[in-house]
Amino acid sequence: MAVGARAPRQPALSSRLGRALAPYLLILPGGAWMLLFFLLPIVTLAITSLESGDFINGFNFTWNFGNYSGGLSLYSTQFLHAVEFGGAATVVALVVSYPAAYWIAFHAGPRKSAYLLAVLLPFFVSFVIRTLSWGMLLSDNGPLFAPLKSAHLLPLEFHVLATPVAVTGGLAYTFFPFMLLPVYASLEKIDRGLVEAAQDLFASKFEVFRRVIFPLSVPGVFAGVLLTGIPAVADYVNQDLLGGVGTTMVGRVIETQFQVNINYPLAASLAFIFMLGLLATLILYQRLFGTEQIMGG
Amino acid sequence: MAGKPRSHARTANWRRRLGSLVLPGYTHLVMLWLFAPIIVMVIFGFNDTHGRLNIVWTGFTLKWFADPFGVTALTNAVSMSLVTATIGAFISTVLGTMIALASHRYAFRGKALLDAIMIMNIAASEVVMGAALLTLFIAGNVPLGPVTIVLAQVMFSIPFVAITVRARLVGFDNSLEEAAQDLGASPLTTFMLVTLPIIFPGVLAAALLAFALCLDDYVITSFVSGNTLTFPLWVYGATRLGVPPQVNVIGTFIFLAGVVLAISFAVIRSWRNRQLARESAL
Repeated sequence: MAVGARAPRQPALSSRLGRALAPYLLILPGGAWMLLFFLLPIVTLAITSLESGDFINGFNFTWNFGNYSGGLSLYSTQFLHAVEFGGAATVVALVVSYPAAYWIAFHAGPRKSAYLLAVLLPFFVSFVIRTLSWGMLLSDNGPLFAPLKSAHLLPLEFHVLATPVAVTGGLAYTFFPFMLLPVYASLEKIDRGLVEAAQDLFASKFEVFRRVIFPLSVPGVFAGVLLTGIPAVADYVNQDLLGGVGTTMVGRVIETQFQVNINYPLAASLAFIFMLGLLATLILYQRLFGTEQIMGG
Repeated sequence: MAGKPRSHARTANWRRRLGSLVLPGYTHLVMLWLFAPIIVMVIFGFNDTHGRLNIVWTGFTLKWFADPFGVTALTNAVSMSLVTATIGAFISTVLGTMIALASHRYAFRGKALLDAIMIMNIAASEVVMGAALLTLFIAGNVPLGPVTIVLAQVMFSIPFVAITVRARLVGFDNSLEEAAQDLGASPLTTFMLVTLPIIFPGVLAAALLAFALCLDDYVITSFVSGNTLTFPLWVYGATRLGVPPQVNVIGTFIFLAGVVLAISFAVIRSWRNRQLARESAL
């Protein structure tokens, strides 16, 4: 006690100060990194989007809102493509994944985690390689269509590559786990007692699904649509490797304007329009289909 | 059930049996769809192709597996990827874990803002983040290369690390740390001897996730790489000229490494769970 009586005084003060500072010291490096390389770039993007000039004479900040109106009118088709293909891919991913997620959650028994692992394994392969493989599989005389064509089961001019179907399918494939996993998680959480109660009350299988299981899985569907839709509308790798000239999405335009045409202001304004559009859609989506509202109503 | 007419019961039975085949069959078809491009990738790594176009099957060979590093530029790109992803994963794991510890342990001003920034980062489109970073580097006259690649990769990995580690911290007993400090351990000793061993599985999972994200990133990296080529960038660029079979071989190796890691993780986890169950039974 005699030893301890002297010691506690000083550490108490410094440790109290330490306690107050500790969280800030812990978040400082990571937070600074996010500030410098995530938030600050959004500011420079906004500034760049209002510049005018060209690569040779340099760019100057002139409040040039013309980039925005010009970009929108020039590339409205590509904006539309992004919404169409990204949206269709999200729907495809939902429709394809839901029954599989349902079966794994309710009927796969002890092999549940093995099935989930199997769903994830293909995504250990590099994204670019996977997309390239699809391009090869779907190519006009590739391993899938060549035999069917030589057996006259398909017309010779049949093709999938370079069509919106290939782009949509590729996007649905690329972001598939982002749909399946949240849907599965919400189905898996459902209290089996509720399902049994509905069955005891003579609800048909369909009724059980429609009135018990599906409503309880809505939060997963909500999350899945966000996690799949956001990257799908922005992606341009699938479109570039699987699509054709007529399927260009806005992500590709942004990339080309930056890297090839070196028209930074136009590219930046397109990126900014895209970001704001996505943000507005997100807020609207939250308002319309927000999970709490569905669960409350 | 006993009160129902027999015929009804029989159709219900028949329908149930058919129904019990439809869904599992469908699920396995989905699995086949998911694995289709991987199967193609592996098979065409054994294709005895001539020249760089590896699209038509021309016979079986093992020569690409015997010579996976035969394309120098590809090998350089792979090692560049491994270096940047390792550094990126290391930095983001340290910084992300620190954020996770702070937000698990303390209530502090700005916590909600930090969370919002991290959610925004995860939700933001890669093409927008890449474009924005490029405008920053142009404005600051920062030369593009391996350094800017790591700067970008750490940026998009931190939130994933923080969330993964924080999930592991849920249910973490703070009194263990307090006990250690009461016994005279310094904060660093407490972290190394008490906190880290407990959260280590979460930190390791986060590090692997960050490594995978960095290794596989195409979009953001392509904006900030300058003339530096990583593995995905090289493969993407090669599509115009034809992708050599070595890409399939290296892709197969990466896939196998992932499979081995994932399965050993699953085995270790079930082993740990069983041990925990046994301990709590005692």
